[in-house]
Amino acid sequence: MEVFVQQLINGLTLGSIYGLIAIGYTMVFGIIGMVNFAHGDVFMVGGFIALLFFMVMTAWLGLAVLPALMIVLVLGMVFTGLWNWAIERVAYRPLRGSFRLAPLISAIGMSILLSNLVQVLQGPRNKPVPPMFTQVLPLFEQNGYTVGIGYKQIVIMVVTAVSLAIFWYVVQKTPLGRAQRACEQDQKMASLLGINVDATISLTFVMGAALAAVAGVMYIMYYGVVNFSDGFIPGVKAFTAAVLGGIGSLPGAVIGGLLIGLIETMWSAYFSIDYKDVAAFSILAITLVFLPTGLFGRPEVEKV
Amino acid sequence: MAARQDASAADRPAFDLAAAVKDAGFAALVMLGLSVPILALRSDQNMSNQLVLAQRWDSVVLACVLVFFGRIAVAWLRRGKAAAPSKPFVLPPVLARTGPPAALAFVVAYPLLMLALNGPLGSIKWIDNFGIQILIYIMLGWGLNIVVGLAGLLDLGYVAFYAVGAYSYALIATQVIPATYPDLGLWAFWICLPISGILAGLWGIILGFPVLRLRGDYLAIVTLAFGEIIRLVLINWVEFSGGYAGISSIPRPSFFGIPFNASDIGFAAVFGLEFSPIYRTIFLFYVILILALLTAAISVRLRRLPVGRAWEALREDEIACRSLGINTTNTKLTAFAIGAMFGGFAGCFFAARQGFISPESFVFLESAQILAIVVLGGMGSLAGVVIAAILLVGGIEILRELDFLKQVFGPDFDATQYRMLIFGLAMVLMMLWKPRGLISTREPSIVHRERKAISGSLVKEGHG
Repeated sequence: MEVFVQQLINGLTLGSIYGLIAIGYTMVFGIIGMVNFAHGDVFMVGGFIALLFFMVMTAWLGLAVLPALMIVLVLGMVFTGLWNWAIERVAYRPLRGSFRLAPLISAIGMSILLSNLVQVLQGPRNKPVPPMFTQVLPLFEQNGYTVGIGYKQIVIMVVTAVSLAIFWYVVQKTPLGRAQRACEQDQKMASLLGINVDATISLTFVMGAALAAVAGVMYIMYYGVVNFSDGFIPGVKAFTAAVLGGIGSLPGAVIGGLLIGLIETMWSAYFSIDYKDVAAFSILAITLVFLPTGLFGRPEVEKV
Repeated sequence: MAARQDASAADRPAFDLAAAVKDAGFAALVMLGLSVPILALRSDQNMSNQLVLAQRWDSVVLACVLVFFGRIAVAWLRRGKAAAPSKPFVLPPVLARTGPPAALAFVVAYPLLMLALNGPLGSIKWIDNFGIQILIYIMLGWGLNIVVGLAGLLDLGYVAFYAVGAYSYALIATQVIPATYPDLGLWAFWICLPISGILAGLWGIILGFPVLRLRGDYLAIVTLAFGEIIRLVLINWVEFSGGYAGISSIPRPSFFGIPFNASDIGFAAVFGLEFSPIYRTIFLFYVILILALLTAAISVRLRRLPVGRAWEALREDEIACRSLGINTTNTKLTAFAIGAMFGGFAGCFFAARQGFISPESFVFLESAQILAIVVLGGMGSLAGVVIAAILLVGGIEILRELDFLKQVFGPDFDATQYRMLIFGLAMVLMMLWKPRGLISTREPSIVHRERKAISGSLVKEGHG
C-alpha cells in the first residue's frame, strides 16, 4: 500500500510532464494531420533554454530560486515558442499540400538536426543544475516506510494544472481558440469565413511549444540534469500518451500522459526497471492495434 | 514572404530589393531570437562539476548576418519563378542504356583499381570504409525500397531486421555451431546467411501482422516502437545477447571453406600468394556486391509480378486497391517480410564483416539514415538509392578525410561532429527542394505500344 501510494505520486508527477508534451503532438495532429516528430526535441530545446536562463538568473543576477524559476518559465515559453514557430515556417509550411509522408520525413530530419545542433552548440555532456526544492512533505507512515510528496512534485503538479487551465481557457473561450477549433474541423471553410489559417497553424505550434517548454523547465527541475539526447524517449512516450488518449483530443492527451506516467512508475516498481521503456513502447503498439482511436478520439473516416 | 510573392507575380518580374531587405531583416531578427540563449551562451562544467556560462556574441552576429544575406540571395534566385509541377526526370537514352552497365563495370573493377593505385595496405581503407560501407547501405536501401518505395509503407524500424540478421549470425556462429557441429565452423557464414534472412523475414511477418492495418504516420510510429523494443531487449537481456557489451569474436567468412589467415590451409597459402589482410577485404567487397545485386535483381523482377503490381497500386491508392479486390493485408505483409529478409541478409554480412556487434549499431538513427537514402533517392527508384547512398554515406566518410578544414577552422575542428547535423539538415532541405526525391519518375511495369513515364508529383500516393 505504502509503495503503491508513493508510486502513484511519482507517476502523476512524471505523467504531468508527459501530458504537457503530449498536447503539442495532439494539437498539431488535430489541425494539420501530421505527427510532429521533432516535438520531443523541441521539448529538449526548451529544457536547454530554461537551463541557460536559469543560470543567467541565479549566477549573474543573483536571484533566488523561486523568482528565477518563474521568470525562466515565461522566457522559456516565449523562446521555445519562437523556435517552433521558425521550425514550422521553414520545414513544414512549404510542404503543406505535398504528398503525405513529406512533412513526416522533414520532421524526422528536423529532429535529428535539433538534437545534433544542441550537441554541437552546448556539448555532449550531461548538464547538471543545482538541486532545488529538496524538502519532502511526509504524508503518512506505514510499515516503517514514510510516504511523502516532494516539494518539487507539488510545484510540478501545480504548475501543470495552472498552465493547463490557462491553455484550456485560451482554446475554449478566446477568438484565437475558436479559430483553431474551426481550422481543426475544416480548414477550407474556416478560411472562407475569414480566418487566417496559416497564422492559426503557426499559433498552434507556438502554443504546443510553450507547453513543451513548461515541461522542459519541470524536467530539469525534477531530474536536475539535461542532455542533448533527452528529447527522443520522452517524445515517443508523450506521443504514446497522445495516441492512448485519442489523438486530436486535448483532455485525452493529459489523461493519456498521466496514464503513461503511472504505468511507467508502476512497472518500474513492481516488475522491472530495465524494461520500463519497453512497457511504454508496447503500450503504444497495443493501443494503435486494438484501439486506434484511443480513449477519447473520434474515428477517422476517409471520404473519397 | 512579401518578397517571394512579389517576385513570383507574373506581371511584376522585376526584383523588389526593398521588400527583400525588409524580409531579410525580419529573418535576421528571428535568427537573433533563436540564437539568444542557445548560441549566445554555452554552459560548461568547471573543475568542481558546476555549470558556468561562456558567452559568444560574435557567433550570434555572424549567424544573423549570414541569415540576412542568405535570405536576400534566396529572394534574388527565386525572382520571377512561379511554382510549376516538376517535369519527369528521365535519363537521356544513351545514359539510360550505358549508365548501369558502366557503373557495374566500375564497381566490379573498383577493388583492383584501388589496389593498383594505393598498394595492398593503402587500399584497405578505400575498399572497406568506402566500398563495403556504401554497398551495405545500398543493399539496405534496396531492401527498404521494397517496403517504402514500392509498397508505400513507411517503416521507421527497419534496423530491427538488420539487428535480427546480425544477432542470428552472431549467436549461431558463436554458440550453436561450436556446440553442435564444430566441423562446420568454416562454413558458418554460408550456412547462417540464409537462416538470418529467413529469421528476419519471420520477424517481419510477426511484427507486421498486427500493425499493417494501420496507415501512414501511425504505421511509421509503431514500426519505430518495434525497432526500439528489439534494441532495448537486446540491451537488457544480457544472458541472451550480452547486453551493451555485445558479441565479440564472431567468425569471419571463409572463401567457401578456406579461411583467410596466415596458416598453411589459409587462402594465401592455398593460392600461392603472400599473406595480406587485403584478400579478405576484397572478398567481402564482392560478397556484399553480389548480395546487393541479388536484392536489386529480385526487386526488379518482383515489381513485374502480380504481387509487385499490387504493391505499387497500394502505394498510389489504397481505397481503389481494396475496391478492386486486392487483399491489402497479404500484399503489405509480403512486402514487409521480403524487405525484412534483405535486411536480415545485410545484418548477417555486417556481423561477419565487423566480427563484433552491439546494440549501439542498431539505433533509430540507423533506420532514419536508411530511410533517408530511400527517400532522397526517390521512392521506388533503384538508381536513386545508389546515388543517395553514395552521397550520404560516402559524403560522411569523406568528411573524416578533409584535413584542410582543420587548417581553416583551427586544429580543434572535428568535422565528424557535424556529420549528423549535416545529415538532418540535408534531409529537411531535400524535402523542401524535391519532396519526391532525386528520381521520382513513375515507370509503368506493363507497356502498351509506347513506353511513357510520368512525374511522381502527378500521382496521389501515400495512404498506405
